[in-house]
Amino acid sequence: MKARAILLILALGMSGCARKTATPPASTGASAVGAALVSVSGDKQVARIGTALDQPVVVQVNDAQGTAVQGASVSFSGEPGVKFDPGGGLTDASGQFASQVSAPGMSGRFLVVAATNGGKVQLTIDEIALGYEETLGRQLNAQYCARCHDPESTPDRVSNMDNLDPKPHAFTEGEALNKISDADLIAIISHGGAALNKSASMPPFGYTLSKTDIQALSSYIRAVCDPPYRAPGRVYASR
Amino acid sequence: MASENRPGSLWKRLFGDSARAFGSMSVILLVSLAIAPAKNHFSEWRHYQKEYVKLIRTRSDAVTLQRHAEFGLQQIWHPELGVVDRCTTCHLGVKEATLADVSLQPFRKHPAIPHSLTQFGCVMCHRGQGTATTVHEAHHSTDAWEEPLLPAKYMDASCGQCHFSPLRGTPALNEGRSLLAREGCVHCHNLKLADGTVMIPTDDPPDLIHIAEKTSREWIFAWVKNPQAYATSATMPNFGFSDDDTRDISAFLIAQSTPAYAPSLTTKNPRPVATGANALQAGASLYGESFCASCHATQNAAGNLVGGDLGPELTRVGSKLKPEWLEEWIRDPAGYFPATKMPHYRFNDQQIGLLAGFLESKTDNDLLSNVHLEPATQKQIEHGRLLVIEYGCASCHQINGVKKPENFAPDLSRIGSKPFAQLAFPKGVQHTLPDYITAKIANPRGFGSSLKMPKFTLAPTQIDALTTSLLALTERANTLPASLRIAAEHESHYQPAGKAGQLINDLRCFSCHRISGRGGDMAPDLSWEGSSVQRPWLLEFLKNPNTLRPTLIRRMPKFNLSDAEINTLADYILTVYETPSFDRDSIPPASLTPQLAEQGKQLFYSKYNCQSCHIVDAQKDKGYIGPVLSQAGLRLTPAWIFEWLKDPQALRPGTIEPSQHIDDADAMALTAYIMTLKLRTKQGASKQ
Repeated sequence: MKARAILLILALGMSGCARKTATPPASTGASAVGAALVSVSGDKQVARIGTALDQPVVVQVNDAQGTAVQGASVSFSGEPGVKFDPGGGLTDASGQFASQVSAPGMSGRFLVVAATNGGKVQLTIDEIALGYEETLGRQLNAQYCARCHDPESTPDRVSNMDNLDPKPHAFTEGEALNKISDADLIAIISHGGAALNKSASMPPFGYTLSKTDIQALSSYIRAVCDPPYRAPGRVYASR
Repeated sequence: MASENRPGSLWKRLFGDSARAFGSMSVILLVSLAIAPAKNHFSEWRHYQKEYVKLIRTRSDAVTLQRHAEFGLQQIWHPELGVVDRCTTCHLGVKEATLADVSLQPFRKHPAIPHSLTQFGCVMCHRGQGTATTVHEAHHSTDAWEEPLLPAKYMDASCGQCHFSPLRGTPALNEGRSLLAREGCVHCHNLKLADGTVMIPTDDPPDLIHIAEKTSREWIFAWVKNPQAYATSATMPNFGFSDDDTRDISAFLIAQSTPAYAPSLTTKNPRPVATGANALQAGASLYGESFCASCHATQNAAGNLVGGDLGPELTRVGSKLKPEWLEEWIRDPAGYFPATKMPHYRFNDQQIGLLAGFLESKTDNDLLSNVHLEPATQKQIEHGRLLVIEYGCASCHQINGVKKPENFAPDLSRIGSKPFAQLAFPKGVQHTLPDYITAKIANPRGFGSSLKMPKFTLAPTQIDALTTSLLALTERANTLPASLRIAAEHESHYQPAGKAGQLINDLRCFSCHRISGRGGDMAPDLSWEGSSVQRPWLLEFLKNPNTLRPTLIRRMPKFNLSDAEINTLADYILTVYETPSFDRDSIPPASLTPQLAEQGKQLFYSKYNCQSCHIVDAQKDKGYIGPVLSQAGLRLTPAWIFEWLKDPQALRPGTIEPSQHIDDADAMALTAYIMTLKLRTKQGASKQ
C-alpha cells in the first residue's frame, strides 16, 4: 500500500518534468526506399539561439548504386529545442528533401539527424547556435575583422584577403586556429600579429576593443571553427 | 488485507474494540502526518539535487563542485527589483565554469553574459515564475501564474527593459526598434519606452495635399489596391480594400488635392519630354552621373533591386508620375514636399528634360491596363473621405480636410506584459504572447476581417525582430529603479547657421551625412571635416565628387553647384566643423623634411604594413579597405593625419582602423611621408 502511494506521489511528481518529445511523422505514402543519405546543403550554418538557420537543410536519398531516389520518406530529428519545418516528408524528383531548421535555446553545436528507410539509414549534420557572447563576437567580426578574414566578397564589401601575404585565416579554419590557445588568440587580437611573431598586417585591437569584446570575438571564432574546437584538459581547482 | 465475505468485517477487525481502535487511529494519524514530509522528500527539486550530486561525483573536480553546491531551497531575492527566484535550487551548475561540457538540463553552466548571474536574478531576463519550485509551475503558464519562460529567440527583449539605445550584442532588438520607427508602426500606435522616450517615426510618408498634380487617379487606384504590385520594396501596407472602396478613396484623394507648384502647371500643356534613343541614353547617363541610385533602387533584368532605399523605388515610375510634375519635382523637390529627403540638384532645363524623359520611359503597361474608372460622383468622394478617416490614412499622410487622428491604434507601451485574459487568439495560433504578437503582425486580418490594421510586407526575421522589440515593453521595465535605465540617445536638433546653413538644408546633406549628432549614416560624419581636409581639395570635391575608396560604391552626387555656393560651403566647413582637440595648422609643412618622409615610408611599408589596407602605388599596393592615399597629401591636413595615426577611434568612433597608439616620432614620420603623396592623375580629382 505504502509502496503504491509512494509510486503514486513519484509519478505525480515526475509527470511535471515529462518532456514532450517530438515524434517523427509517420512515414506514410513512401513509395521507395533508399540505401544512403547524403547532405546536399545547409550544414555548418550559424544562427542565434532559437532562430531559424538562413538556408534550409537539404539531404538526398540515394539507392545502392548512388542514384537519387524519388518518393523516399525522410524524417528529421534533433536534440530538445531544435525545430523542423517540416519534420519529415517524401523526397522530390531529384531525390532531395529540404527542411527549415531552427536552433535550440542553448548555444553551441547541435546535431540534426536525418533518417530514411524507417530509421535504418541515418545522417548526422552539424549546425551552430550562437549565444549572447558569440553574437556580440559576430557583430564585432562584421565590423572589424571580416574585411580581411572572410574570403567571401559581396557588392558592399569586397574581401581584402587575397591582397595579403601571408593570407589571414578564415575563422572557420579549425585546423590552424584550434592549435592556438585561448591566451594566444586573445593576445594576437589585442597586441597584433607582429607582437607574436606573426604577420604585421594584423593590427592590434587592444586599444580599440574592450577585454569583453575581445573575449567575445574569441568565443565567436571558437564557435564557428571547423573541425570544432575542443578545450584542453579539464581545469582543476587551484586549491 | 485478506478478503472477507461479510461486509463490515474490515471495520470490525480494525475498530472492533477500543484497543484496536486506538491502534488503528494511531497508524492513520501517523500516515497522515507523514504525508507532508513525504511530499517534501519526494519533491522534484530534491530529485534534481540528488541527480546533481550523481553528476558531479564522476568528475575530476568533484570536491570543488561539492563545496560550491548549496543544497536545500535556494533563493535570489532583490526586493527593489521585485525578484524572488528559486531557480538555482535545481539549476545548481549555472556558475560552474568546469561544467561547460554538460548539456543536460538543469545542470548546464549559464553562458557568458555581461551581468553577474545573481545581480538581477533569473526571471528578469528569462521570465517564468521565480517563486515556483516545480518544473511546470516555474517554466509554463498555470492558472494562478501566467508568465511562461521567454523563448530563446526573443531573448534580446530582456536587454531592452533597461537599455534603450542600440547594443552591439542585441541585433534583433536593435532591428526591431528601428523597424517600429521605419515601417510606420508608431504613426498609429503610441509607444513610450520606460525611460520616457516617445518613439517617433523615421520614415516620411508623402503629403497627399497636392497629389492630383503628381499622378493619375488610375495610379492611385492601383497603388492603394496593392502597393507591392507597383514596387516590391514599398513600405505602404496592403489594406485589402475592395475595388469599390479603392475607387472611392482614389476619387476623394484627387478631389481634395490643391495645386503646389505654379498654378499654371496643371492647366499648361505638358512640355515636350525629350524622347528618342539618344535622349534616353543621355538621360540614363545623367541618372548614373547624378548618383540617383545612391538613394533610389530599380529592378534589374534579373529581378533584383539595385540601389539605395532612402528614396522610393523607381522601377515603374513612368506609370506613376505626370511628366510636367516630374520636371518641376526634379527642379525643386521641396516646393512640393517640404519634408523631402531629396536634395535640390542644380540641373539646367536640358538636363531636367533628359532625366524626366528617362524616368518616364520606365513604365509597366500591365500596371494600369485593367484600371478603368468612371468620373467620380459626389457620393463616391464623400464615401472615400469616410474610408480615409476610418482607416486612419491621415496618421501617416497629410490630407486636406482630414485631421491626423489622436491615439488611432492601441497604445503598445506595455504590450510585453499584456495579460492573457485580454488576448483573443484566432484558430491555429499558439496561446503564448510572442505567438500572438507574431501572428498579429504577420496577418492582422486573421484576427477578424473588421480589423483596421493593414498587412505589412515583412520577412519572417523582421517579424521576429519586431516581436522582440515589443516584448521588451514590459510592466517590469516601468517599475525598475530609474538608476538601472540606460537612456536612449536622441537625435540632436543641430541646425547650421547662415547662408551655408541654408545651402546644407537645400542640398539635404543630413539625408546621408551626420553632423553634430544629426543626420543619416550612409556617408561619413562631417562634424570635424574642417580639421581634416585642405581647402583646394574640398573645392574640387564639391565641384566634382570622387570616391576615395577603391571598392566602395560612390554615392556622393554631383549637385552642379556654382562657384559662389562652393566657396560658401567650403568656408563654413573649414571654419565651423573643426575639432576642439587640436589645431588644424599645428604642424607647419616645413617641419616635414624629406628625410623624415623617407623614414616614414619605411615605417609605412615594413613596420605598420599600411599597404595591407591602403593603396599608395596602384601598381604595387592592393589594400582594399582604407581610402586610397595616392593623393592624401593634397587632401588631408598634416595635423589630422598625425592625430588620426595616434588614435583614429578618437576622431571617428567605430571606424574600422584600430587605434595602434603609434608614438609621436613614428606618427610624425608617417605624416611626413603621407604628405608627400600628391599624385595628379588624368582621371583623378584634378580632372574637370
